[in-house]
Amino acid sequence: MRIIVCVKQVPDTAEVKINPETNTLIREGVSSIINPYDMHAIEAGLQLKEKKGGTVTVITMGPPQAEEALREAISMGVDEAVLLTDRAFAGADTLATSRTLAGAIRKLGFDIVICGKQAIDGDTAQVGPEVAEFLGIPHVAYVKKIEEITEEKIVLYRMMEEGYDVVEAPLPLLITVVKELNVPRLPSLKGKMRAKKAEIKRFTHKDIGIEEDRVGLRGSPTQVKNIFAPERKKERKILQGSPEEQVEWLIEELKKLKCI
Amino acid sequence: MRIVVDKQLCTGCESCIESCPYDAIVMEDDKAFINEYCQLCRNCLSVCPEGAIKEIEDIYDREPPDVGEFRGVWVFAEQREGRLADVSLELLGVGRRLAETRSTDLTAVLFGATDREAQELIKWGADRVLHAEDPLFEYFNDDPYVHLLSRLIQEQKPEIVLAGATAIGRSFFPRVAARLRTGLTADCTGLEIDPETGNLLQIRPAFGGNIMATIVCPRHRPQMATVRPRVMKKGRYDETRKGEILKVPTDGLSSRTRVIQTVKEETGVSVNLQEVDVIVSGGRGVGGPEGFKMLQELASLLGGAVGASRAAVDEGWIPYSHQVGQTGKTVCPKLYIACGISGAVQHLVGMQSSDTIVAINKNPDAPIFNVADFGIIGDLKEIVPLLIKKLKELKGQ
Ligand SMILES: Cc1cc2nc3c(=O)[nH]c(=O)nc-3n(C[C@H](O)[C@H](O)[C@H](O)COP(=O)(O)OP(=O)(O)OC[C@H]3O[C@@H](n4cnc5c(N)ncnc54)[C@H](O)[C@@H]3O)c2cc1C
Ligand SMILES: Nc1ncnc2c1ncn2[C@@H]1O[C@H](COP(=O)(O)O)[C@@H](O)[C@H]1O
Repeated sequence: MRIIVCVKQVPDTAEVKINPETNTLIREGVSSIINPYDMHAIEAGLQLKEKKGGTVTVITMGPPQAEEALREAISMGVDEAVLLTDRAFAGADTLATSRTLAGAIRKLGFDIVICGKQAIDGDTAQVGPEVAEFLGIPHVAYVKKIEEITEEKIVLYRMMEEGYDVVEAPLPLLITVVKELNVPRLPSLKGKMRAKKAEIKRFTHKDIGIEEDRVGLRGSPTQVKNIFAPERKKERKILQGSPEEQVEWLIEELKKLKCI
Repeated sequence: MRIVVDKQLCTGCESCIESCPYDAIVMEDDKAFINEYCQLCRNCLSVCPEGAIKEIEDIYDREPPDVGEFRGVWVFAEQREGRLADVSLELLGVGRRLAETRSTDLTAVLFGATDREAQELIKWGADRVLHAEDPLFEYFNDDPYVHLLSRLIQEQKPEIVLAGATAIGRSFFPRVAARLRTGLTADCTGLEIDPETGNLLQIRPAFGGNIMATIVCPRHRPQMATVRPRVMKKGRYDETRKGEILKVPTDGLSSRTRVIQTVKEETGVSVNLQEVDVIVSGGRGVGGPEGFKMLQELASLLGGAVGASRAAVDEGWIPYSHQVGQTGKTVCPKLYIACGISGAVQHLVGMQSSDTIVAINKNPDAPIFNVADFGIIGDLKEIVPLLIKKLKELKGQ
């Protein structure tokens, strides 16, 4: 079975802080990590391989330093890693990203494609379904359990707001996974050694066979017009006095607002 | 457009590097270089003392947009088991406003359910409902939703199409956008019309809520966006409103996936954080499951429910279904009381649009106080029992 896992390198948003004076992000010392959901995608790929045989290939589209993320995936045990890197890919929105990833996936060949539910920087959860559309294959989003898999079909649990759906789908298929699916393994020592030496394939837009104006910024229908700091509440009151007084004051204020 | 550094003018002073929230400016051969992280936010344009950072126009930017023939605002109305999703009614509220600004009609698109629900959509603000009935819509499968919505959009060319950022919306809507080769902006918290261009301004949080971004889709149609539940307010319900219901043919639909079973999960206590008026939420400061019992008592007195930060959920003090924030629920109650929660951005994005926020925290520097209307600096183990006591007195218990 040919298993492709899409991973993205993201800033660890828990560490991203805002500078209250300039209203910009303080990025120094913020580490880059593999998008947490994609760790579960890698684990799902490895488990499928253990069950069904085949190979697991991780791919990422990003700047040259995204190679670190791929090496980390290799240390967990994936067979092969491909970095889609090209100045022309810069500024891609989800449509251009998905078109690029799908181009590479088609070139590599696949039976199943696994994505994380969403990336924690953009948080869109759009790339998985869009890649499936470009590949012309069905997808199942929010997979929390893989119940059964044969050569032709797969039975999955899809998370919904009030529970889950049991869904049967044919292969080839794309799935996006949630963290309930599994617990990602830690890299092994052997894996770490292999990761250091492993060769990482690199693709540019030419390798994928997509014209330059259909990737990156130029291939992106959406654009960032501007960014700004989230609004702060204008007025805030820190209540004073003894705990009793504070509580009484709070109750008075809440009564005024008809909250109670 | 693109942002570039004029190497002739750049002195290598590095003053632009800090200005970039995306870390897209790096030094190469002692000159600034803008790499592929650039999101075109333009933050750097004004900081260069030499004026070396410039915005340049691509030929592509000047192509005349073929967007004029697209008209009308559409809302995808979601139903499960015949029940309309609240978020769809909220979208009709925004959709109404957008349609009026663009002097056009508001259309709701309904797959499944009955005439009764279609009528409801009109009372909630739609001028017209495109209603498709087919056994395939009994359960949610992506294929028929994608095929039919794409087909309708291609035939009728709406200018704006909105859907809820629910499990269903987030799964099939991106595929529609990809099929139509247009843009889609996820989880918008604001939708406005740009008075100059008539384009839809799609405002959404980025970087886990650290920063807000305005996204546009200037050259492609339709402009598509999703909105999370409880972010927008519902429009006005008008019992007497009249509108048109058009039946849509469903020939040629099929699905490659099949739902074998739908399972409702029992979470023990039923929590519907997105529907209550009051939420009493606890974080790591609550100290353990016992503390949450106290919060439950307070919540019950106020007729509300209990929420939690991720830290409290990770500690196992309360189930995940109570989690509020980026990876939990987005809530917007009338009153949100945060007890022992520091106020990390990932928590704030899930609750900061609540009408009134009260924070109880013993650390005066906790960021939660930045979003709070009322703050109590103190030990929740003292404050909460007092609150409970006073509220009981008020109620004469
Ligand atoms: C990708 C990602 C997604 C995330 N998603 C979410 C999410 O959806 N929701 C979420 O909440 N978090 C989320 N987080 C985690 C978030 O970054 C914070 O770690 C978390 O919100 C902290 O929870 P807390 O405020 O309860 O704990 P802490 O940060 O430990 O704060 C505890 C607070 O309690 C106060 N305190 C302690 N004792 C008392 C007392 N006796 N009386 C009064 N105050 C007291 C302390 O002063 C402190 O401010 C996410 C993180 C990441 C990386
Ligand atoms: N640049 C990228 N390279 C590889 N995979 C990506 C990239 N961007 C997104 N993905 C995949 O798509 C999923 C959803 O991302 P997003 O739509 O950005 O929330 C991620 O969890 C990844 O599996």
